[in-house]
Amino acid sequence: MSAPLIALSNVTRCFGHGAAAFQALRGVDLSIGAGEFVAIMGPSGSGKSSLMNILGCLDTPSGGSYRFQGLEVAQLDRDQRALLRRHALGFIFQGFNLLARTSAQENVELPLLYRGEPASRRRLLAREALAAVGLEGWGHHTPAELSGGQQQRVAIARALVTEPSLLLADEPTGNLDTERSREIMALLVALNRDKGLTVVMVTHEADMAEYAHRIVRLVDGRIASDIRTTPSVCSEGAH
Amino acid sequence: MLWNAVLLALREIRRKLMRSFLTILGIVIGVSAVITMVTLGNGATRSISDQISSLGSNLLIVRPGQQLGPGRDSAGAASFRVADADALRSQVSGLAAVVPVSGKSVTLVAMARNWSSSVTGSSADWFATGKWQLASGRIFNEAEERAGAAVCVIGETVRKELFGGFDVVGQQLRVKQFSCEVIGLLASKGQSTMGNDQDDLVVMPLRTLQRRLTGSVDVGSLMISVRDGASIDAAKNEVTWLMRERRHVSPGDNDDFSVMDTRQIAETLSGTTRVLTGLLGAVAAVSLLVGGIGIMNIMLVSVTERTREIGIRLAIGAREGEVLLQFLIEAVALSSLGGVVGIGLASLASIAGAALMKVPYLFDPVINLLSFGFSAAIGVIFGYVPARRAARLDPIEALRHE
Repeated sequence: MSAPLIALSNVTRCFGHGAAAFQALRGVDLSIGAGEFVAIMGPSGSGKSSLMNILGCLDTPSGGSYRFQGLEVAQLDRDQRALLRRHALGFIFQGFNLLARTSAQENVELPLLYRGEPASRRRLLAREALAAVGLEGWGHHTPAELSGGQQQRVAIARALVTEPSLLLADEPTGNLDTERSREIMALLVALNRDKGLTVVMVTHEADMAEYAHRIVRLVDGRIASDIRTTPSVCSEGAH
Repeated sequence: MLWNAVLLALREIRRKLMRSFLTILGIVIGVSAVITMVTLGNGATRSISDQISSLGSNLLIVRPGQQLGPGRDSAGAASFRVADADALRSQVSGLAAVVPVSGKSVTLVAMARNWSSSVTGSSADWFATGKWQLASGRIFNEAEERAGAAVCVIGETVRKELFGGFDVVGQQLRVKQFSCEVIGLLASKGQSTMGNDQDDLVVMPLRTLQRRLTGSVDVGSLMISVRDGASIDAAKNEVTWLMRERRHVSPGDNDDFSVMDTRQIAETLSGTTRVLTGLLGAVAAVSLLVGGIGIMNIMLVSVTERTREIGIRLAIGAREGEVLLQFLIEAVALSSLGGVVGIGLASLASIAGAALMKVPYLFDPVINLLSFGFSAAIGVIFGYVPARRAARLDPIEALRHE
């Protein structure tokens, strides 16, 4: 097998100094290959958000090594990490984080704007991405006019429009009801299966984690278990 | 990227129209005040120099004493005599005319109305030298001049105040205690920039004035027009030497009279206007600075409000410089907009003000461009701190911001 997409070795993350210092991550070793669908679980305070921020190159480890596609992220500066996010990563969040009062189409075009794509190509790619998440024809609606599930689909379209190597999902179904959650998870599963998209998802809901092929459990900043499963739920309604 | 940032900035301004308007108000007022002050000042300066150079560039004015303007030191300096004018005429070459001028303030009475005005006593050359035109009638002739005849030519204001709609030629006008016949009416020259009415005057032969009003042979000043093609400086020198000799000024002593050409007079008068313009402009520039602080304040608020948006942009891969540029462009767009509105407002105010002050409206591209550039620069200077704050935000913190 080739080098893994993500390779963490003995990653630590400290916040604060002296007596107030807090160790969010206490030596995490994790390797994720291309095409995997990984769920990161753990109680609050277990360090899963810190891990997610490091994986997303929004933060750098205090110690240890994080290699993304063989590139040592800890040695990159702020702008280099921004470029890495721009070209290789896609994010979806619990709170959707769409630009308010901005149409779905423009939200999806935003990453392409920073990549310097010409306007016509931005429009085309964004329309395709919206169609791929089942929102064909919804492009002119602003987030306020869309349901939570639709907003998350727009966010997924925005994350995927640049064809990233890795999709990071931070509690993607946290703000959605069960029905909507299932639809979103089915969409992620389908993207993983059909396009080989690598997905790393943080969740504290066990039934959402079951959609993944691999469940990593964090406790007190350490990996407590790392289990490969076969998805127990079929991806009905993914088309 | 740059164009998109401009579009984005304009959209952001449109979304918060009221706030944007209030934000740029300081810049608008500053820019329009600076431009209006300078434009009106230029107009006033131009008007003064126009008025004086309308007399022609070949005019010299000789006055007793030194200095020009208020508080001039004529005390102790002897007045001229008609003989001085004659001497100049015969001994200095290259002169077209030497016109002795005296004046006196008097009360005029005609048709049971009275009016305070000033009487000028001079020779017939006075009309041509001062570039006056006649509206009707004639000017006095040589015989009347020599005899000191009781004839006069009046200005438009005097006609309006005393004679109303009547034809003035042939009417009698009482000047203080004697009566004289109006033989001509001068064409109106209008108000001068210094605020005095040029048409408020009565002109009569110098001898008439001396005999009947002042009772002295003094001549207040001498107007000299230099013949076309002759050197003004040479004429000025010759006049100075001759006058020194006639007035017995010892070598080494200062002249007890002054010889000025029209250019010098224009410069002296417009110098005052220019200083005033500069001062007013400087005060207005301070309000531009205040406007800049207003922009900085609002941009700081805007960055705080849009922390989450900034977080999103950073998360999807915006670099520090790109976020900085976005907010900087927004600040510059705001301040430039203020500049443009200010220029528009200044144009209206200047045109209205120029009409009111009766000075020409002179569009000055330099001050307009300069003000616009300055307002844009204010956007850069005062927008930088908020923009840098936005760019330096931690994406994780920013995304968590409510």
